[in-house]
Amino acid sequence: MNKILKKAFFSSNVVYFEVEAPLIAQARKAGHFVLVKVGTNGERIPLTIAASDTTKGSISLVVQRVGVSSAKLCALNEGDYITDLVGPLGKATHIEKYGTVLCAGGGVGVAPLLPIVEAMKKAGNKVITILAARSKELVILEEQMEANSDEVIIMTDDGTYGKKGIITAGIEEVLLRERVDMCVTVGPAVMMKYVALLTKQYNVPTMASLNTIMVDGTGMCGACRVTVGGKTKFVCVDGPEFDAHQVDFDEMQMRLGSYKEIEQKAMNQYLTSTTSN
Amino acid sequence: MTDNKATSRNTPWREQLRKTISNKERTVITRVHMHELAPDIRNKNNEEVNMGLTLDEALLEAKRCLDCPNPTCTSGCPVNIDIPSFIKNIERNAILEAAAVLKQTSALPAVCGRVCPQEKQCEASCIYTQKLGKAAVAIGYLERFAADYERKSGKASIPECAPLNGIKIAVVGSGPAGLSFAGDMAKRGYKVTVFEALHEIGGVLKYGIPEFRLPNDIIDAEIENIKQMGVEIITNCIVGKTITYDELKKQGYKGLFVGSGAGLPRFMNIPGENLIGVMSSNEYLTRINLMGASRNGDTPVLSGENVAIIGGGNTAMDAVRTAKRLGAKHAMIVYRRSEQEMPARIEEIKHAKEEGVEFLTLHNPIEYMGDEQGRVKTMRLQKMALGEPDASGRRSPVEIPGAIETITVDTVIVSIGVSPNPLVPSSIPGLTVSKWGTLVVSDDLQTSIPAIYAGGDIVRGGATVILAMGDGRKAAAAMDQYLMSNC
Repeated sequence: MNKILKKAFFSSNVVYFEVEAPLIAQARKAGHFVLVKVGTNGERIPLTIAASDTTKGSISLVVQRVGVSSAKLCALNEGDYITDLVGPLGKATHIEKYGTVLCAGGGVGVAPLLPIVEAMKKAGNKVITILAARSKELVILEEQMEANSDEVIIMTDDGTYGKKGIITAGIEEVLLRERVDMCVTVGPAVMMKYVALLTKQYNVPTMASLNTIMVDGTGMCGACRVTVGGKTKFVCVDGPEFDAHQVDFDEMQMRLGSYKEIEQKAMNQYLTSTTSN
Repeated sequence: MTDNKATSRNTPWREQLRKTISNKERTVITRVHMHELAPDIRNKNNEEVNMGLTLDEALLEAKRCLDCPNPTCTSGCPVNIDIPSFIKNIERNAILEAAAVLKQTSALPAVCGRVCPQEKQCEASCIYTQKLGKAAVAIGYLERFAADYERKSGKASIPECAPLNGIKIAVVGSGPAGLSFAGDMAKRGYKVTVFEALHEIGGVLKYGIPEFRLPNDIIDAEIENIKQMGVEIITNCIVGKTITYDELKKQGYKGLFVGSGAGLPRFMNIPGENLIGVMSSNEYLTRINLMGASRNGDTPVLSGENVAIIGGGNTAMDAVRTAKRLGAKHAMIVYRRSEQEMPARIEEIKHAKEEGVEFLTLHNPIEYMGDEQGRVKTMRLQKMALGEPDASGRRSPVEIPGAIETITVDTVIVSIGVSPNPLVPSSIPGLTVSKWGTLVVSDDLQTSIPAIYAGGDIVRGGATVILAMGDGRKAAAAMDQYLMSNC
């Protein structure tokens, strides 16, 4: 179990893995995540499942190399095994026929958005997908999104691909153009915050899928807590999806920085140790 | 499996042993003292604080036991260990046999000998406490001694198991409830598979209780014994999520025991509780105990110079003593009642004090304040006084109007209890859940689904290792009966 069947680079820091996990492949639904741990002393990190193949018995994960733990995971190759992998966790996305659904993903948030786009399309919705990235080489999963969306709009900060501008510009264009019944957004906290502010102006119900710090991922530690509608919620068991208009994204952003200094130090050490070897 | 003929009170060796010394001589022996690492050494490392008894000390302490005709100690034990029998085996220096007696009823004797609140259970029911007004026989120390002796001897006995009856049973959770249930069912001839959500086996024994109180290699040795009995343990697998109950039934599992624990931490819902540096004791202890944060793990942990632990239970003591070991200058217990009302074991409070932990009793946090980065910096504490006894029988804390003080903190660990983990109850349709989130069970620990039994914190909401183990035993007996008449 947990054997890496396929590895591909989406960009220098974003890696795609296909991992053998037949039970999870069978059980997972859109919105579910897994926890992975590399090495005996590794850290448990949450990753949303991007896709699964029940015949192959595999799941797909997209990992951005940011800290030591994701770097260790990204260093694994085809044929290697992920030490620990557990899931599917969290509540599945609420899928129904809303009418027109706008799916807005930024950065590696596009990966967890893919199964939601697929499921929304399958449920009979008209799906408009907006993919945002800093520049062309960071745009991921475009083909797969095309295959499952009625329309895909690409936004890049630097204009190297698609339209130049940030994600909210693309969203507003659609909202001005046509009626949208539901918006789903996945990406960095700041991005989701501005998406939520915008869709609130237009009264479009919006779901955000949150990716917070977790330890066990099963409700035990509370590291993932966020404030939603003034109440503390656990992303791992109450989420990961919440009404974006109720989420305190500023607090979420702040909490994501809890270990910033420690992580930076650890990453520098890791980089020194791997380059000196 | 409950055949204790070999160790019954009437066996010739035991009759003989009783005659070797008079009861009067036995009762004048003073209770043995547990050796401990010196406080100023142990509060800087992770070594086990209690060092155990020597053979001579154990032999002498065992002499204190009067081998009562109607032993009251046994009734104080949630797993009904045949206490006089194991102690008399120690007295005659048959330590391995003493260990075998323990294993008849307890799947984790070395664990129980360390973490059971004996002073509230077996030792509270000992004739010395009940009738003689003296310190009880050190049953806990002796239990630990016998279990440790056996482990170190390398001659660990495997409890006798009935021949396999061909019936498969699944267990959710490898904590004390699940392991105790698994061991008892294996003894009855069932093929048992335990499914554990985490990557490590042991549940709260591993993620919760620190190594200075319960070393991991001791838990692992006891788990190895359970595996030797044919119990299979699968980690990283969540029943209801990774594999459904229906799928388990299809695979031929006839019964399921849910021992998924409490685990959902409670917070006070006061301003600033989501600031960086404020966390649950579950998070703090899991990062350190399970993930090896601050030792060899990649998992980080926040620790500071001024660490406040909110609460007065055993977990609060574990957290505050851990903070001290991670180098806190001030490791404080903040508790809203007085020391007398603290739910923690007296030994834990004593150890914490010796190690330099500060106690701010009759104080209750009302707000946390942070810096620009959102890291907690100070906390406001409401001073309390004791009022009338409340539902728990303890005097209730009452606010002293206007008596508020602010103290400096950089880490706050909230340890005010846990709620049952909703993961498993919500993933198996048809299970009746109480308004507190616990699983509703009959006296026999049967849930609303007849083939599913449950025990430990998922039923109790937050109790002790030994009560969870007692539930495991009780559920095993009941499920055995149910399956025998329904299969």
